[in-house]
Amino acid sequence: MTQPVNTNETKTDLYRRQFLGKTAAAAGFALAPGMLLTEIAHAKPADEAVSTKNRWGLLINTNKCASGCTACVTACQVENGWGEINKSEELSRASQKAVWIRKVKLKDKQTGHVQSLPLLCQHCEKPPCVDVCPTGASFKREDGIVLVDKHICIGCRYCMMACPYKARSFIHETIKNQKVHAPRGKGTVESCTMCAHRVDNDGIPACVEACNAEGHQAMYFGDLKDSNSVISKELAKNGGQQLRADLDLNTGVRYQGIK
Amino acid sequence: MLSHKTIISTLLSILLFLPVFAQADNLMPTVPKAKAKANPETLCVRDVKVMRTNHMEFLMHQRDETMRKGIRTKKDSLAECITCHVSKDDEGKFASYGDDEHFCSSCHNYAAVKIDCFDCHNDKPTAASKTGSTVK
Ligand code: SF4
Ligand code: SF4
Repeated sequence: MTQPVNTNETKTDLYRRQFLGKTAAAAGFALAPGMLLTEIAHAKPADEAVSTKNRWGLLINTNKCASGCTACVTACQVENGWGEINKSEELSRASQKAVWIRKVKLKDKQTGHVQSLPLLCQHCEKPPCVDVCPTGASFKREDGIVLVDKHICIGCRYCMMACPYKARSFIHETIKNQKVHAPRGKGTVESCTMCAHRVDNDGIPACVEACNAEGHQAMYFGDLKDSNSVISKELAKNGGQQLRADLDLNTGVRYQGIK
Repeated sequence: MLSHKTIISTLLSILLFLPVFAQADNLMPTVPKAKAKANPETLCVRDVKVMRTNHMEFLMHQRDETMRKGIRTKKDSLAECITCHVSKDDEGKFASYGDDEHFCSSCHNYAAVKIDCFDCHNDKPTAASKTGSTVK
């Protein structure tokens, strides 16, 4: 399933800003460029816009991900104020409630092999959610983080239908007590923000921090465009597959160890 | 054609409400005081008069800067407004948007301006996120 990722520019003109610039795109392999990028991740001044210099990504090693452990899910809830942490969605059925990150169990029926992995927005380079959004609310930041601009979202839920990873949720009820950096409200769609508020502050996503704190170290966060970052080195050395690589979305979230 | 009844009732209601209109000048909203003066000269982050008339423009601009570009400067951040302007009552509780005691609604109620900021944003000061350790 590990197939090289093509940045096929002719395929779509939707992305006016090219992923790596022409040279790197011609080189074909999008995840380990390095050649164009001399600047290494450093604290971004608050007044500086995010840029295509970075592309943030996650690498999840399912061999290290412990079955039964939900530290990443809980950390996300605490950080962003959803699920158990925020009781506002009391009338919604379980299937209607917001889920930004979930633990998924994969079982090979043939062999009985079971593995567990966290599933979240894959921060696609070519996000179908953005393609279908009629308002421009779904968008990809220059640094690759895919977000919903809830100021503009009309709650049509096209993006939810388009997302191959079931990464998005619609809010059915009035929400109270939101976290200051994670506004959430009725009638809009939401999903993992890769903790953009932390990333903009030189931090790492809450899920990764929690996984490390638990001692599992199953998740790496970092800049896919910085060839010196741990995540890029690890990907260059051991590879990392995309979920549904056949869709050619060039996801920012990669997995190792899925068998 | 207006019937006599309509004319009479219209006149009557005008007469009834006249005193209220006449008093309106003295019924300015009571706006809670901010916790601190952001700037000793302008008092707020800009001249108070400018803020009163144009705060929505600044907030809207900042909204797009933060949402789309990740620019997180404090000057025009809604969270900063809330932190400084929404104060606790005698019982130590923060007012909610909609209450006359809440900084935003104290004036918005008076001016009958409906906003939806707090459908998603928290209307009270909260502790900010602990930022994670450095990027790997
Ligand atoms: S995983 Fe789904 S929500 Fe996330 S960028 Fe891709 S299509 Fe959009
Ligand atoms: S629900 Fe919102 S973000 Fe999703 S497609 Fe509709 S307008 Fe866009």
